[in-house]
Amino acid sequence: MTTLVAAQGWHFRKPSVIPGFGLTLGFTVAYLTLIILIPLSGVAWRSMELGWAEFWAIATDERTVRALRISFGASLIAAMVNVVFGTLVAWVLVRYRFPGRRIVDAAVDLPFALPTAVAGISLASIYAPNGWVGQLLAPLGIKVAFTPLGIVIALIFIGLPFVVRTVQPLLEDMDREVEEAAATLGASRFQTICRVILPGIAPAVLTGFALAFARAVGEYGSVIFIAGNIPYVSEIAPLLIVIRLEEFNYAGATAIAAIMLVISFAMLFAINLIQAWSRRRFGYVG
Amino acid sequence: MDVSIRSVSKEFDGYPALHDVSLDIRSGELIALLGPSGSGKTTLLRLIAGLERPTAGAIFFGDEDASHRTVQERNVGFVFQHYALFRHMTVAENIGFGLKVRPAANRPSKREIRRRASELLDLVQLSGLEDRYPSQLSGGQRQRVALARALAIEPRVLLLDEPFGALDAQVRRELRRWLREIHDRTGHTTVFVTHDQEEALELADRVVVMSRGRIEQVGSADDVYDRPNSPFVFGFIGDSSVLPVRVENGKLWLQDRFIGIEVRDVPDGPASLYFRPHDVELLDGGGGCIAGTVTASRRVAGTRRVELEVGGARERVEIELPVDHPEAANSRISFRPRRWKLFPASGGTAALSATDDGSAGKADEAELMLAASL
Repeated sequence: MTTLVAAQGWHFRKPSVIPGFGLTLGFTVAYLTLIILIPLSGVAWRSMELGWAEFWAIATDERTVRALRISFGASLIAAMVNVVFGTLVAWVLVRYRFPGRRIVDAAVDLPFALPTAVAGISLASIYAPNGWVGQLLAPLGIKVAFTPLGIVIALIFIGLPFVVRTVQPLLEDMDREVEEAAATLGASRFQTICRVILPGIAPAVLTGFALAFARAVGEYGSVIFIAGNIPYVSEIAPLLIVIRLEEFNYAGATAIAAIMLVISFAMLFAINLIQAWSRRRFGYVG
Repeated sequence: MDVSIRSVSKEFDGYPALHDVSLDIRSGELIALLGPSGSGKTTLLRLIAGLERPTAGAIFFGDEDASHRTVQERNVGFVFQHYALFRHMTVAENIGFGLKVRPAANRPSKREIRRRASELLDLVQLSGLEDRYPSQLSGGQRQRVALARALAIEPRVLLLDEPFGALDAQVRRELRRWLREIHDRTGHTTVFVTHDQEEALELADRVVVMSRGRIEQVGSADDVYDRPNSPFVFGFIGDSSVLPVRVENGKLWLQDRFIGIEVRDVPDGPASLYFRPHDVELLDGGGGCIAGTVTASRRVAGTRRVELEVGGARERVEIELPVDHPEAANSRISFRPRRWKLFPASGGTAALSATDDGSAGKADEAELMLAASL
């Protein structure tokens, strides 16, 4: 009887028949500590060597603020563009059968596989004022390469597969009958897409957004070739960190890194909360 | 709303799914499309809904040719086997969807939509679940919501595609009765597809038996069970046993044995004798009966099902006996079908049937059926 009462008390984990909780959780914690937590706490540790006043000075330095704003701003814009076009690409790949579909499908993954520097160099040469696309845009007064717009384009390039690959499986799983049901109820094609299909895939779109955004914030290789890296204008935060490192200003570099870390974590945490809410909202419970 | 299907054919990529099907559905009728998988019953239902376009033929709603109307314009309520509810909407939003997507001119107010949803939830006996999501409901509840959603648009025809197919047996029986009640109360012309003959016979005013893209027979439960017009219908509806027999001078022979059944106006030659396993009488043996060796005997619910090997070719037939029947323990049983039906062995549709007890009523019926089928 006493054991029964004890068994009903508070538990660190819910009783389950799946064995190995201790082992797997232990491994997970050790692994995360080794790979992620220790290096990240190193960042915090090194930046603390500065002392609060110095840290604040670096954080509020005009160049740092501009770099952070460009990094997060461009990433946000790129992720939003990717959400729209990535969803469209996923839709086309799932819903239509056309010659070359598999090639397009494979091409979507290329930004994953390509060294980002290669992507940066080719984007820069294409969008440069004398490049293929750049020379078409130049007469219109649009400069892409070596401006913040160039940064956005590079970030769109590297972020696209994240949205496509998260939305695609959900679209594939989507029941045709749901659309037919909407049609029998009198909904036009447009209404079906807006009110039935898009809300249905919203959680996956949000995940894709978060991934593309996170990837874009940390991107370095492809951006520095196309950005022009003009301080205060098209200099991204990761580049500023590298510049500080090259000056052997390790504390300054880690200070910027710590700020990026905090902002990124806050944003991803917020996105996760929205996601959890939307999953409940869109009926993915139980 | 009368629905009239006129010589409709449907092909999918050259593969024919329906051949020249015609069917008249009367207003307010509850009709079952019954058939094995691949018989074209779902295709026919989807054609009525407008989810498919016929390759040939026309579908009329009342006097109006609906063949070229889109799904949206046809205003049909369609219930899918797997519910097809919108998972990101609450129950009330699901039911109100059809009203919400109407053009502004004839869209009810939000409050009115909500009121209608509650009303329909009362009708399907799910009051109080307005704000649940589909994932929080059981299968039976989801299907009720799907029906409420289909009824919300005041459909001209209600179409249900295997509505109870994904549910377990008990819920299915309960929903069946409940669907009949709803139909009687609302009076919608209703067509439902099923492969479950019990469901079709119990629920429908008329049953449409389909096979291989064709309609085999249309009739009441009594018609298709007692007066099947083809070997397929006889075999598909209810239990049946078949014996290959020979007609000679109006007498039926099983190999070299006269089995005590006489027919009129049937040409000599091979034929198939169909009868219901439970509709047989046991005899003492001797002439004029079918005799067989018992090979298996199984208790099935209230009866005992006995498998017999009959004649030199060891044809197997099944008969059903009352559990306490003394003969059931014997190793050899002689019997004769009380009611039977004879179809030409080549698979034609001409048929005749009879009872052998000579009672006037039944004999008349046999005559009539003979006349009707020839």
